Amino acid sequence: MGSYDKDLNLEATELRLGLPGTDQPEPTTNIIIHSNNKRSIHQTKEEDQEGASKVAASKAQIVGWPPIRSFRKNSVQPKKDRAGTEADVSGIYVKVSMDGAPYLRKIDLNSYKGYDQLLVAIQSMFRITIGRYSEREGYSGSEHAPTYEDKDGDWMLVGDVPWEMFTTTCKRLRIMKGSEARGLGCGV
Amino acid sequence: MGFGSIPSWEIMNYFPEEVVEHVFGFVSSHKDRNAISLVCKSWHRIERNSRASVLVANCYSITPDRVICRFPALRSLTLKGKPHFADFNLVPNDWGGHVYPWIDALARGRVNLEDLRLKRMVVTDQGLDLISKAFGNFKSLVLVSCDGFSTDGLAAIAANCRHLRELDLQESEVEDHRGQWLSCFPESCTSLVTLNFACLKGDVSLAALERLIARSPNLRSLRMNQSVPAKALERILASSPRLLDLGIGSFLHDPDVESFTKLQDRIQRCNSIRSLSGFLEVNPLCLPAIHPICSNLTYLNLSYAAMIHGSELIKIIRNCNKLEKLWILDNIGDSGLGIVASCCKELQELRVFPSDPDGFGTGVTEEGLVAISIGCPKLNSILYFCQQMTNAALITVAKNSPNFIRFRLCILDPTKPDAVTMEPLDEGFGAIVRSCRNIRRLSLSGLLTDKVFFYIGMYAENVEMLSVAFAGDSDKAMVSILNGCKKLRKLEIMDSPFGDSALLTGVRKYETMRSLWMSSCDVTLAGCKALAREMPRLNVEIIHEDPHRMEGDDSDGHKVEKMFLYRSLVGPRSDAPEFVSTL
Repeated sequence: MGSYDKDLNLEATELRLGLPGTDQPEPTTNIIIHSNNKRSIHQTKEEDQEGASKVAASKAQIVGWPPIRSFRKNSVQPKKDRAGTEADVSGIYVKVSMDGAPYLRKIDLNSYKGYDQLLVAIQSMFRITIGRYSEREGYSGSEHAPTYEDKDGDWMLVGDVPWEMFTTTCKRLRIMKGSEARGLGCGV
Repeated sequence: MGFGSIPSWEIMNYFPEEVVEHVFGFVSSHKDRNAISLVCKSWHRIERNSRASVLVANCYSITPDRVICRFPALRSLTLKGKPHFADFNLVPNDWGGHVYPWIDALARGRVNLEDLRLKRMVVTDQGLDLISKAFGNFKSLVLVSCDGFSTDGLAAIAANCRHLRELDLQESEVEDHRGQWLSCFPESCTSLVTLNFACLKGDVSLAALERLIARSPNLRSLRMNQSVPAKALERILASSPRLLDLGIGSFLHDPDVESFTKLQDRIQRCNSIRSLSGFLEVNPLCLPAIHPICSNLTYLNLSYAAMIHGSELIKIIRNCNKLEKLWILDNIGDSGLGIVASCCKELQELRVFPSDPDGFGTGVTEEGLVAISIGCPKLNSILYFCQQMTNAALITVAKNSPNFIRFRLCILDPTKPDAVTMEPLDEGFGAIVRSCRNIRRLSLSGLLTDKVFFYIGMYAENVEMLSVAFAGDSDKAMVSILNGCKKLRKLEIMDSPFGDSALLTGVRKYETMRSLWMSSCDVTLAGCKALAREMPRLNVEIIHEDPHRMEGDDSDGHKVEKMFLYRSLVGPRSDAPEFVSTL
């Protein structure tokens, strides 16, 4: 049952209501059937709507299995599949370029918990200041603005979307400098 | 050997009691002390009057007053509460395991309590407060997998226990009120040897922590939570130069700044550290800082370090050639385990935990286990969560590693057969128990028929704890175990087709065991009632799934969802909640 689902990768083709990068909470079913045990499926309302395919697509969630302390289960967050890809065990490495710098750098977005840490790292890496973010002004207080190319190929200002959405849609980073940077964030 | 015609066992009786007591003082293991007390009346008396350390492995098997009465010299008490499967959410929260009645009795009995070790018990702030005020010599509090208390309780311990040496909260659920509990240690408290608050979710006062460490010259074990920033590590390590055991919560630092270089230098000088754990959050680029101390480590626990993987993980492992105990996540992969096998020749215990409990991701397979068994000749204890297993691999492992004491295999898909032949894994586990005669703890998984239980009953003479899930075809399996495993103390079974007939086969045996857990099996209320009737000194507890269902609604033929039975000298417990009935 398990490997069949992996090959199909039903989750990648699934239509969902929700921002990319947010996972729908697993329906809190009690137990799901396994071939030779006696427990039966209790289907929640959510599951009924999505149908049996959702039940089949998610790995069996059995209370008490696998036998891991709940403390440990809650601490080690599993890496959820990003749409279309296997869980990337080695991190989300993206290129970072800065206008005027002789070579690019690479960072692992997974090693940061949020925008604050990311910007601290970038500022230190390139020995620059980026300033403070605000929704209205973008980045004020410096010559630089961090931008990123998203899955659609558009160049976006770093910081506008929730962190999880950012890490799953960011393809590369670019630190813009000077007049180009100041153009961002100002209303059209 | 004896003196002339006097047999050796009578010689002891020629010595005054003080001498006998002195001799007993060298015997510390609970098992041995219990054996001593059974030899004769005078030994029983001498032993009980001198016993300082008592283990009550099931807090409901005896009342606190009887323990206090029997052991007037009691100083150190270890208590265990909830059944093991409570760790995996199979036991409702209010089932029991309350420690307050014990603390209350110890306080009223004016016991000079110094040590309290609790496992899977419900502790309250009220209880912690009472401990801190009732026992002037209190030295050591160890709470493993406990819950029910908050940082307010810790504040009481910190404030009032003037001779506190050990405060160890291992994997306990603590309600964090973000108070200043660390600041509650008075300036006069300089006796700390162990401080473990790695499981706390909230912030601690960094200044208070640093001051506390600075005035604790005996500090040997320090495990911190995520709120202690890596930037504070340099100062902390500087104040505790003789640390043996270090747990780093957060290792997020910027490798490009000067303060990191300082930290790197400091870590390099920590020659005494033998045990390292934590790394809940980490910047992998900073990890090379710990390489210099890896070669001293005997215990490395990276099982919470989800952010360390791939080449960074391997680089750490390569340096750890004195490692005896390794706890790791399965993202190390089979190839990573191959590297462990070639670098860690002193390895005795390996635990591989799943980085994704739902089973996505690649994890480890039988290949990794085989590699370890080939490369690590001292291996005697394993906990292995894996994607798949084969009989051939288990047979190879059995041949290479005959010294297993603990063998716990957990295939994430619990009924998965041999990945190559698609057969059940009976032969593989059979080989393990046949070859490893010293196994004391065994956990099974994968597709298993009655056959494996036949093997276990026949060969696993020393097994004391057996965990079974989704295994077996009929009652015969459980009967094999009950008839065979002479030293069995704890048996826990979930989702296996064993019914009343099997349950009742063990009627005589359960009194020799500590406990039996059966959930989602085929035992009925009738069977449990019959057992309870015949064995009055067993507490047979039924845990009702649906709290609103009244007992009258259950016909006797109804299958019992969860049953927990244990031997007890004091009958049914008085604190059982509504949803638990003792038959």
